[in-house]
Amino acid sequence: MTSYEIPAGRPEERFTEKYPLLSRTEAMFESARCIYCFDAPCIKSCPTSIDIPTFIRKIGTGNLRGSARTILKANLLGDSCARVCPVEVLCESTCVFNDSERPPIPIGRLQRYAMQHGLASDLLPKADPTGHSIGLVGGGPASLACAGTLALLGHNPVIYEKDAWPGGLNATGVAPYKLKLEDNLDEVDYIRSLGVEIKIGVEIGVDIAAEDLLGKHKALFLGVGLGADSTLGVHGAEGDDVVGAVQWIRRLKTDPTLAVDGVMHAVIVGGGNTAIDAMRELIGLGVPFVSMVYRRSRDEMSGYDHELSPALQEGVSLVENAAVGEIQRENGKVTGVHIVETDPNGKPTETDLGVLPADLVVMAIGQGKLADLVRQFRGVGLTAKGNVVVDDLMVTGNPRIFAGGDVINGGKEVVNAVHDGQVAARSIDELLRRSDHG
Amino acid sequence: MADLEVDFAGIRSPNPFWLASAPPTNSGDQVMRAFDTGWGGAVWKTLGNPIVNVSGRLGSIDHGAQRMMGLNNIELITDRPLDVNFKEITEVKKRYPNHAVIVSLMVESRDEWIDIIKRSEDTGADGLELNFGCPHGMCERGMGSAVGQEPDVLEELVKWVVDAANVPVIAKLTPNISDVRDPAMAAMRAKADAVSLVNTIQSLIGVDLDRLTPLPRVDAASSHGGYCGPAIKPIALRMVGQLGREEAFTLPISGIGGISNWRDAAEFIALGAGTVQVCTAVMHYGYRIVDDMIEGLNGYLDEKGMAGVSDLVGAAIPAFKEWGDLDLNFHVVAAIDAEKCIGCDLCHVACHDGAHQCIHLPDTQDQGIRVPWVDEPECVGCNLCALVCPVDDCITMVEKRRAEAPETWNDRVAAGRGHVPGGLADLE
Repeated sequence: MTSYEIPAGRPEERFTEKYPLLSRTEAMFESARCIYCFDAPCIKSCPTSIDIPTFIRKIGTGNLRGSARTILKANLLGDSCARVCPVEVLCESTCVFNDSERPPIPIGRLQRYAMQHGLASDLLPKADPTGHSIGLVGGGPASLACAGTLALLGHNPVIYEKDAWPGGLNATGVAPYKLKLEDNLDEVDYIRSLGVEIKIGVEIGVDIAAEDLLGKHKALFLGVGLGADSTLGVHGAEGDDVVGAVQWIRRLKTDPTLAVDGVMHAVIVGGGNTAIDAMRELIGLGVPFVSMVYRRSRDEMSGYDHELSPALQEGVSLVENAAVGEIQRENGKVTGVHIVETDPNGKPTETDLGVLPADLVVMAIGQGKLADLVRQFRGVGLTAKGNVVVDDLMVTGNPRIFAGGDVINGGKEVVNAVHDGQVAARSIDELLRRSDHG
Repeated sequence: MADLEVDFAGIRSPNPFWLASAPPTNSGDQVMRAFDTGWGGAVWKTLGNPIVNVSGRLGSIDHGAQRMMGLNNIELITDRPLDVNFKEITEVKKRYPNHAVIVSLMVESRDEWIDIIKRSEDTGADGLELNFGCPHGMCERGMGSAVGQEPDVLEELVKWVVDAANVPVIAKLTPNISDVRDPAMAAMRAKADAVSLVNTIQSLIGVDLDRLTPLPRVDAASSHGGYCGPAIKPIALRMVGQLGREEAFTLPISGIGGISNWRDAAEFIALGAGTVQVCTAVMHYGYRIVDDMIEGLNGYLDEKGMAGVSDLVGAAIPAFKEWGDLDLNFHVVAAIDAEKCIGCDLCHVACHDGAHQCIHLPDTQDQGIRVPWVDEPECVGCNLCALVCPVDDCITMVEKRRAEAPETWNDRVAAGRGHVPGGLADLE
């Protein structure tokens, strides 16, 4: 049980798992199907290069601690990655069985099985203490992976998280049928057990100045992720029945007061995975009519087809090549979304496509960047798009400051953030050991 | 449609598929249900003087996702009273006059043998099978494999039985012996009508690593048992073939050992078995498997243009030879079909670490499927790559003879060319 406080009655509790934990027999059967490829393609398609065939073989022999160790050696967030990774486009997509008319090995589900039964805080070796303190800003997957790795390397990492729960999007953003808040907090507790200190409710620039952090720690890691939901500057967009998707999902996972009672028609604007998640969650909460408005075609969506297709089967209607003209209101309440056709570049035209009935509009058109936060850290550079500039070793423009995760890539998978965090940890270790030797 | 009916040492059976003496033939109800399902014959669970059994009798090994690749038991002969068994056998034979009902027997003294033979024959049974194979429990009491492992004792016992019996007598042999031809020839000298083999192989199925007790666990201990199931098929097949090709041995053979389907059955028949007996597969899946066995064997015989089972009996024996009679000029090399390859590269690692280092990976950084290539002059034709390949017909062993004319090792020795350079005699 996690030591963090979680309010009861959160809407996410109503969701059942899409892929429940495998039974022993199921796990044995699936592990036996794996043919233990040499230098397997699945390893190469994992951003953290987990030795997948080896951990699967260990499940088959009943060596579950060893299996979990194999996973953790490559990926300290093996549990959440097992649940949230889009395996359909990563490891499982390169399983050799795809070329032989056989279903691929369910790698994600086997990984979860190994983590569930094999995880223990003493699986990985810990280096002698170095006494070096490292500050990590933001408590999402990149920082957790970076801090855990640093702790195993003998350092003293301290995470500063502004929220009440560490985990970043793993805490407040992942679809509840994949990973719930408490599951994430169990993983956070594992990372803490490695020797990571986490301070919650601490905001940089408010509770502590960036400059003070640099003074306090030998090195810093920025894993602050992205900012608030982007908004659409159309008429009628102001009001509490037009919400940002990330913010809405956060409430779904943390706020018992979120309710969709009385919502008959929800319209989601956007075509990414956040849009699809929000859509499936609205259906899951019982909203009868859910539609999605996307300014390009289905083929051009960044959202995964393996997530969209089930949503369409669940009854979502998809309006392609359309943009929001304005949001209609009566007596202050949203009543509909007026949509117009877009041109091949996704830009709105004058062609009127009519009005979609709506009493809730969810904007999933991206998130802003935390450029103002990042600029507080001396020497850290930003790209034109507002992403932090790093080299291959995750070093920013300031040689003592490192960064990884969504803040450098603008929004990718948890597993990419984990990879960044672990690379950064080894770079930090290298830096500190070099300085030790003058 | 081929004719599946067989005459085995004078015992007629609608097909060559018999249930072996074991739990599936424990009672009249079971045997009748088996006959209704299609089994041609049944060897009744061994009769003898009453015994008691332990609880915790079976253990098995799984292989990957496959349950019960091998099954081990420490159960003894029938634990039901003889009068009940005899009554049920009589009833079965009355209701199923055209099916083969064989009574398996195991007792100690000559008088007991003579007595039980008479009582067994009174049921109308078609034959007797003498259990000289059971390798656990009963052998500690001087019966079962204790007899089967001593050809002289076996010969004596078979004589007692043959003298007393009026129906065909089948001696069931144990594989727990160095040369199965010894007990088989002893049975033939004693005028047995047939042999059946193999009985189970002495085994210890495993150890419970939590309790550190062997399996199957009987409270805090276990004992060795008899091993059967698909895992033992190759051992049984070799022993059947060894008798099948022995010119001096002329008795009919009932093949037993890991037979689970018609293919297994056909292989035993091709190596000389006139009937086959099945146990473990029925214990796993039930009597219903016989439907496919009948259909499958029928289809196979038709495909081969064989009119009946007897056409297949022993058909593979001429090709079952000693190593020294194999053609050394036959040579195969691996060929990988790049179109079929899925890039698991198991052939590469198997050849590299476990064979002759002749399958290599392409020197490429491409993200696509890496198709290994074969260094043909280095390939010895061991087959390992083709065996590990998970794709049908992806790796084939292509024939590339070393010379047109065949030459065996024995030919070389006979021609005075038995010396292979590089031995001790060639060292400085």
